[in-house]
Amino acid sequence: MRSVTLEVNGKKVTKTIEDHLLLSSFIREQLNLTGTHVGCDTSQCGACVVHVDGKSVKSCALLAADINGSAVTTIEGLSTNGTLHPMQAAFKKHHGLQCGFCTPGMIMSSVDLLNNNKNPSDAEIREWLEGNICRCTGYQNIVAAVKEAAQNL
Amino acid sequence: MKSFNYHSASTVAEATGLASKASAYLSGGMTMIPSMKMRLASYKDVIDVKKIKQLHGIKVSSKSVTIGAATKHAEVAQSKEIKKAIPALCTLAGKIGDAQVRNCGTLGGSIANNDPTACYPSACLALNAIIHTSERKIEAAKFFTGMFETALKKGELIVAVEFSIPEKSYYVKFPNPASRYAMVGVFVAKHKAGVQVAVTGAKAGIYREKAIEQALDKNFSEKALDNIIIDSSDLNSDIHASADYRASLIISSAKQAVAHCK
Repeated sequence: MRSVTLEVNGKKVTKTIEDHLLLSSFIREQLNLTGTHVGCDTSQCGACVVHVDGKSVKSCALLAADINGSAVTTIEGLSTNGTLHPMQAAFKKHHGLQCGFCTPGMIMSSVDLLNNNKNPSDAEIREWLEGNICRCTGYQNIVAAVKEAAQNL
Repeated sequence: MKSFNYHSASTVAEATGLASKASAYLSGGMTMIPSMKMRLASYKDVIDVKKIKQLHGIKVSSKSVTIGAATKHAEVAQSKEIKKAIPALCTLAGKIGDAQVRNCGTLGGSIANNDPTACYPSACLALNAIIHTSERKIEAAKFFTGMFETALKKGELIVAVEFSIPEKSYYVKFPNPASRYAMVGVFVAKHKAGVQVAVTGAKAGIYREKAIEQALDKNFSEKALDNIIIDSSDLNSDIHASADYRASLIISSAKQAVAHCK
């Protein structure tokens, strides 16, 4: 067991955890932030993507102990005072989701894309989202949403 | 995942001091953590080496590029210094896994694992890399000893990898669409002393394709590979690609690599 201190969605949290606790389990089970989903649990589907120190990562393949001292942003940390983040608003407008299971990861990855590339092409969006799997939509509306968010950010 | 004791080392000496028969070093964890989750691997002690300063940093000289073992794939892909010296390394790093994997996975972790379908071992072999460890320097040709096996001794830690700068080089990968590992990956490097072509994903381990090297030594062009036939008798054959298909992919990937060499 060890103590870890993280800044999660702007708030400092300190918890005592087991050394082998995954970041995804820490977020969902210890912090009750269940917006971060666990899909495949083998680091392929991307439903568990969160930001650690501003970069998108798969939280099911990281140890919570490993990122002690870091800042974590989850899907719950994107909106401000009840107003959706432009990426969330664009996904809603373009119907970039059906069942919604992959959506938190899609959105967290897409926000990181725009942090790296302010005006990505369709091909760049699709390439960046290689690590996020959606089994409903066929991706077309997801790409449209990311393109619009790029204009609004 | 079975429980273990997590340690975060701040120096190479501290990390090697903690190592035992029942320990493993943790870098990006992109293979190691999924392996532990699937209980393919378990350790008493996991020694995180990412915070060791000596394992970071990029040094470019007139002859070589030395990259710290804990350097992430995304850092290599975006490095302006590396791009000037060996642009193919940036291309290779930018094709590993997906964006999130590249934000965590590291050079040292990749070559220590020596997955037979991993990208970095091909660059090491084609660019005559020297693997700097906590104990010695190992030539790439002697480092990769078999499937998931390397010359590393228990507790030996990779500190940096030194790649020699070729006249020109390029890497072409035909990825498995699901895992994005190489079904075939070909690294072509034209050195002053000759052409070196390393192939990943096609056999039980990384290897140099001598038939292609000899053809390109005589004539460094796509055309030189028109009549080359790859012996497919010891190539991998699985649900993703037959041995003959892989043999064909090796030639077409090598041609593309030659065409894009810079």
